[in-house]
Amino acid sequence: MDFFNHIINGLGLGSIYALVALGYTMVYGIVKLINFAHGDIIMVGGYMVYLIMVKWGLPIWLAVPASIVICAFTGMLVERVAYRRLLVHNAARISLLITAMGVSIFLQNAFMLIFGTDPKLMPPLFQAEPFKLGSFELASTTVINIVVSVIMMIGLNLLVNKTKIGKAMIATSEDSSAAKLMGINTNRVISFTFAIGSALAAVAALLYCNTYPQIKPSMGNLLGLKAFVAAVFGGIGSIPGAMLGGYLLGVIESLTKAYVSTTLTDAVVFGILIIILLVKPAGILGKNRKEKV
Amino acid sequence: MGYLKKKTGVYYLINAVLVFLLFFVLLNLINNRIINRTSTQILTLICINIILAVSLNLVTGVLGQLVLGHAGFMLVGAYTSALFTMNIGLDLKIAFPISLVLAGLMAAVFGVIIGIPALRLKGDYLAIITLGFGEIIRVIANNLKITNGAMGLSGIKSLSTTKNPSPMFIYAYALAALTVFLMFTFGRSRHGRAVIAIREDEIAAESMGINTTYYKLFTFVLAAFFAGVAGGVFAHQIGVIDPSKFDFNRSVEILIMVVLGGMGSITGSVISATVLTWLPEQLREFSKYRLLVYSIILILVMLFKPSGLLGRYEISIPKFLDKLFARITKKTAKTKTGGA
Amino acid sequence: MHLLLTKDLSIEFGGLQALKDLHIEINNREIVGLIGPNGAGKTTVFNLLTGVYLPTSGAMRLEGNSIIGKKPFEINRSGIARTFQNIRLFKNMTVADNIKVSMHQNMKYNTFSAMFRLPSYWKEEKKVDIKAREFLEIFGMEDKADQLACNLPYGQQRKLEILRALATKPKILLLDEPAAGMNPTETQELMEVIRRIRDQFNIAILLIEHDMSLVMNICERLYVLDYGHLIAQGTPEEIRTNPQVISAYLGS
Repeated sequence: MDFFNHIINGLGLGSIYALVALGYTMVYGIVKLINFAHGDIIMVGGYMVYLIMVKWGLPIWLAVPASIVICAFTGMLVERVAYRRLLVHNAARISLLITAMGVSIFLQNAFMLIFGTDPKLMPPLFQAEPFKLGSFELASTTVINIVVSVIMMIGLNLLVNKTKIGKAMIATSEDSSAAKLMGINTNRVISFTFAIGSALAAVAALLYCNTYPQIKPSMGNLLGLKAFVAAVFGGIGSIPGAMLGGYLLGVIESLTKAYVSTTLTDAVVFGILIIILLVKPAGILGKNRKEKV
Repeated sequence: MGYLKKKTGVYYLINAVLVFLLFFVLLNLINNRIINRTSTQILTLICINIILAVSLNLVTGVLGQLVLGHAGFMLVGAYTSALFTMNIGLDLKIAFPISLVLAGLMAAVFGVIIGIPALRLKGDYLAIITLGFGEIIRVIANNLKITNGAMGLSGIKSLSTTKNPSPMFIYAYALAALTVFLMFTFGRSRHGRAVIAIREDEIAAESMGINTTYYKLFTFVLAAFFAGVAGGVFAHQIGVIDPSKFDFNRSVEILIMVVLGGMGSITGSVISATVLTWLPEQLREFSKYRLLVYSIILILVMLFKPSGLLGRYEISIPKFLDKLFARITKKTAKTKTGGA
Repeated sequence: MHLLLTKDLSIEFGGLQALKDLHIEINNREIVGLIGPNGAGKTTVFNLLTGVYLPTSGAMRLEGNSIIGKKPFEINRSGIARTFQNIRLFKNMTVADNIKVSMHQNMKYNTFSAMFRLPSYWKEEKKVDIKAREFLEIFGMEDKADQLACNLPYGQQRKLEILRALATKPKILLLDEPAAGMNPTETQELMEVIRRIRDQFNIAILLIEHDMSLVMNICERLYVLDYGHLIAQGTPEEIRTNPQVISAYLGS
């Protein structure tokens, strides 16, 4: 029964990774950029909730949408200020990567200066009784995480496959110059992608704060790194892949913590990244695309 | 061609003389206590950072692959060399140079382990995998017994003493000069051309018979080696090391030295490593804002001058002297004809 | 024995059959043309022959040895060199260095000699420098040796691509639309140079080209592709009158 419990807990944790991985994968799919600043958007989301609920004492129904909107806006702003110029000029990949890194360092240090380096405690956001299935008990946070992440994924799938902007996203990721010729405003599509990815990161931040009620400026580092591993695991560029990778990584982490070592879990996750890149670099659901020559 | 070779030879000679000259001036100032202990430490740190920046420049500037965990290799080298000199029971004068070689080799081994999965593939995997490596190696060092966990290692003996303040500086300076020389000669050889060709167009390079995976890996491992050596010197210079000294922020500091100096410019890396080591020491009260400022600089440089301040340009004193000399002879020739 | 031979060569991209059962044979010192409408799969053939793509099935042999599954650099070293349709020069390297990159595989000194500037380094570098300039003379570009490749005019960039491929000492040279973007005078010069290269270096040349006057003029044999299928082969004269080829081009 313990084993089953670890799996469920892993899925709860994996839900957070999955939501963050979606942002990585969407941005990568559309502009082929590893957006290092994505992990820090989670941090921004966490601090917004802290600011609104703890500092200003406003209710949760205000804090949740506000933090999502602020994160989406931050994501768009980052793209507009830091990446747009490079994307338009078709700059070298390494310039984009360095800029992304710069944005990540900037966000962390700016928040460190504003809020201090010490961790901040968060009140529980959504309180509920543990769910009971016969003799089996599930923490409410785990259930909430899984349910929310599944809803988000279904929503995202509908958005990408059924709406006009979603189709424009697919077109832009397939071939952005062709999409431009077909009258798609690719800049707007890219901007929208950053907004959606960041909004999902904000949702992840809410779940994270609800599960581990503590935030600090550097919280996005490891979380972002793991989510990226999840995205690569599932196949970078693939939306279902990001979800699958996230859940799997969560389960692996939970099992490692339970049966191998609590301190070396992060090293295990990193080991997984190395093994995937060696064995199946395209990931579980990724397509192995050849560069056009 | 013969003329060109002769000229290159003269350039090498002038540079060598200049490097030795600077060395003896600094050494005398240190030994005569005109440069005090703190300043000697800063000078040594400058040399260490030059090794780090110039080696990172090889991967990031010349090969065009982003490395975000250079401090991780430094950590590996620092612990390797410190553990060696602390446990081997040899005289430090003998043990220290051996430990530096070991430090470099150990870092190179780690370079191979993470380089193979990342560099076999086309794309930006090296950036993320080195970022992960830098984080994870610290987690591991924090949890191992041999590294003494978060407490780190203390009591690492330095060659420098109050009586004889210069040995660490001598080592650091000599190694920095050697690294600069080797990076330069590597870059301007058939191997360096292969590496630059990979940066310019990987598919074309491979179609022209370049074993791209080999050269990417070789370059990366070479840089890791030098970072390990730098770590070894660093450990013995400061005497106390713990994992937090090799965190992500240090990797960023090395990266910004490369980016600011010019991606691909060795002299640029040397200059910015010097300035960016010296300046923060003078502006300690602003240390809170240092990374914020660094990040803004990184973004602005990438947006407006992606190749860095010097680009790929190399500052060459012999060339400068050559031009100066040419101008003077021209002038004298002119005055002569004018007079006649 | 044929210099280069493909048999039943096929490749699929995610269900799309880009090339089906391709048979081609190229002999020593032959100049062969590969023609066909846009999207017929001509460049795909080059990508297969140079190891950029892996065929789904079939065989490729160079001098009797299979080259399937070999990496692009291994194939290049065994004797196939190519140019690219959408010029892929090393833009920020000098013209001479572009050629020297190709000579890398035939240079002797090792990393250690390079890093410590041992005599073998100087000797080889000098030799290679002279040779690279000799290559440039083929197109009369020796005065451009120390310029950056990106500063060359378009026609000369195409020429440099040919020289760069030639400098790898191939047995067969694959030219992907060498005359694209050239004016008639340049095309005329290019034709003569292609013949001269064949005679001087004793190599075979396989070229993709849309300029029919060039193709008909210098190719000894032609292969015609349409929708990934080989629809005709023969001398230029035969191809000119082949009804299948005419309908493929006119799109009946």
